[in-house]
Amino acid sequence: MTFAQALLEALESLNGNKMRSGLTVLGIVIGVAAVIAMLAVGNGAQESITGSISSIGTNLLFVFRGNRRGPPGPGGPPRSNNSNERPLTLGDANAIADAFAAPSVAMVAPVVQGNMLITFGGETTTAPISGVTPKYATVRNLALSEGEFINDEHQLGRMSVVVLGPDTADTIFGRHDGVLGETVRIEGQPFRVIGVLVAKGGGSFGSEDKNVYIPFATAKARLLKRGGRDDIDILLAQATSAETVTKAVDEISNILRQRHRTPLGSDDFTVLTQQDFLQTLQTITGVLTIFLGGIAGISLLVGGIGIMNIMLVSVTERTREIGLRKALGARKKDILLQFLTESSLLSLLGGFIGILFGWLIAFTVGRVAAAMGTTFIPIVGVDAIILSTSFSAAIGLFFGIYPASRAANLEPVEALRYE
Amino acid sequence: MDLVIEARNLVKTYKMGEFTVEALRGVSFTIERGEMVSIMGPSGSGKSTMMNTLGCLDRPTSGEYILDGEAVANMDDDQLASVRNRKVGFVFQSFNLLSRLTALGNVELPLRYAGLEEGRRARAQAALEAVGLQNRMGHRPYELSGGQQQRVAVARAIVNNPSIIMADEPTGNLDSKVGKEIMNLLLNLNKERGTTLIIITHDPNIAEQTQRIIRLRDGELESSGEKEKAEKQEAEAEKLEKQK
Repeated sequence: MTFAQALLEALESLNGNKMRSGLTVLGIVIGVAAVIAMLAVGNGAQESITGSISSIGTNLLFVFRGNRRGPPGPGGPPRSNNSNERPLTLGDANAIADAFAAPSVAMVAPVVQGNMLITFGGETTTAPISGVTPKYATVRNLALSEGEFINDEHQLGRMSVVVLGPDTADTIFGRHDGVLGETVRIEGQPFRVIGVLVAKGGGSFGSEDKNVYIPFATAKARLLKRGGRDDIDILLAQATSAETVTKAVDEISNILRQRHRTPLGSDDFTVLTQQDFLQTLQTITGVLTIFLGGIAGISLLVGGIGIMNIMLVSVTERTREIGLRKALGARKKDILLQFLTESSLLSLLGGFIGILFGWLIAFTVGRVAAAMGTTFIPIVGVDAIILSTSFSAAIGLFFGIYPASRAANLEPVEALRYE
Repeated sequence: MDLVIEARNLVKTYKMGEFTVEALRGVSFTIERGEMVSIMGPSGSGKSTMMNTLGCLDRPTSGEYILDGEAVANMDDDQLASVRNRKVGFVFQSFNLLSRLTALGNVELPLRYAGLEEGRRARAQAALEAVGLQNRMGHRPYELSGGQQQRVAVARAIVNNPSIIMADEPTGNLDSKVGKEIMNLLLNLNKERGTTLIIITHDPNIAEQTQRIIRLRDGELESSGEKEKAEKQEAEAEKLEKQK
């Protein structure tokens, strides 16, 4: 018996029991569709997170106080676990900004942060306030839709000026244009609006469009007075290029170790690069994808057991047929091939339909996300298609082997006598 | 003498729990090529076991069995399958046709397992013509009468030009008129093609139509039927002489 014949016979036999074949295939369809959809959603999430981080700028470095590897906590640096640590100061920032001490660092921007109440007229909202220096706009690639960013004059004069994120402007003014010169109150103190930022859209850390910026000196003097006069929360640094990021980390670390006089191996600060963020987040989304795919894989497994079940029923039902085929000269191999072909055909068919369904589900999820204002495009990868196709074929083979070998090992005499 | 079947001291025992059942207890006989033999015996006499052994569906526990020059007793499963395919044609009481396949498809089955690709269809058609079903080739079993179904089964049995045809109660599921037709078909095949025919039956009317009757009782050979056959032939010869 050639393979083509076996295929033809398997088709005939599956066609003879359409309802049953259909239900069996359905199990695999659901499994494969789930795997494809889950992997697509997971990959899409990873891609969108990676994209939004890359948009921040790949040369960016973050320096926090405290020896802690990890992303920053909400609204501030990660809490420290070292009681002897020193805070980061403006002095540290200036030392790092020194082009001779740290040639790989192009620019430094110290930041103090806090959440505060902003009011205009009757409208009140809480927004993250950052006290920043003029260089911050360059380091973070901030663009203004109107007005100007904080400059040295504001900084030196400790002027009460504010640059609003478009979301915050919308909340308190009901619009985000034509608000220059208005005076808002932050924690009751009046601030003149000098600029509004361009909307960046939602990122994976949540939207940055709510952020409100005031001069660093003003913040230290009036609003964020905690800690020492020169203490800062985060230090942003920009490496001269993407290639020098690692060097910049070393330079910054060395300067801070000297200045803080920390013993070797117990730094009281943390330098994170974009790569670190990317890696952490990719690990998280990777785990998420595997988790989702695993759950979907279970349903594929259940589908496979369905195939085994049906094939066992089919073998029992066709015991006489098997006996007859053996009497006519079918070898074990022939019977094995016949039943394996049937089970693989079932699972492959399910696999193909499942891919289509999975793609459809992923597409729908993308559309729903788009309708809700998030740019999120599920990615149906070739790898996912190959994976689930080969996986479903393997499942057909694996779960087909037992019933098929049971059929192949039937004694012809017994099988022929079976009623 | 051209022997197609040579059975020597065949023993078959089954283990059923703690008991061993002796279905065959040392049976020996021979069948010549072209002979038409029936095997008779009451139920429990070892008839079915004998048919399974002669048809290479099962191996004897001990003893020797040579089918058309091949010692079958010690072959493995796949070798037995090959021998069945080439040398044995089966006709069953309940036809055993595959309902999904057409008459032609059913007849083609043994050729498929023989690995024959070219001329398969033509040979299957020829076999169906030989049993008079040239107009029913595309029909499926449920579209055929019982007699027609058994004809398809006979065509399937002869399509590989086997050394022997094993027919197990071939008329058991048919009314007497159709049964007679099938018997005539088998007798004609034997006469015209010289195919060795072995019919397992408990119906004396069927058995009498064959040249020789092998009788089994309690797993032993009661009579190999060769004496009766010789007497019959003598009687016929005498008859012929008297007529002269």
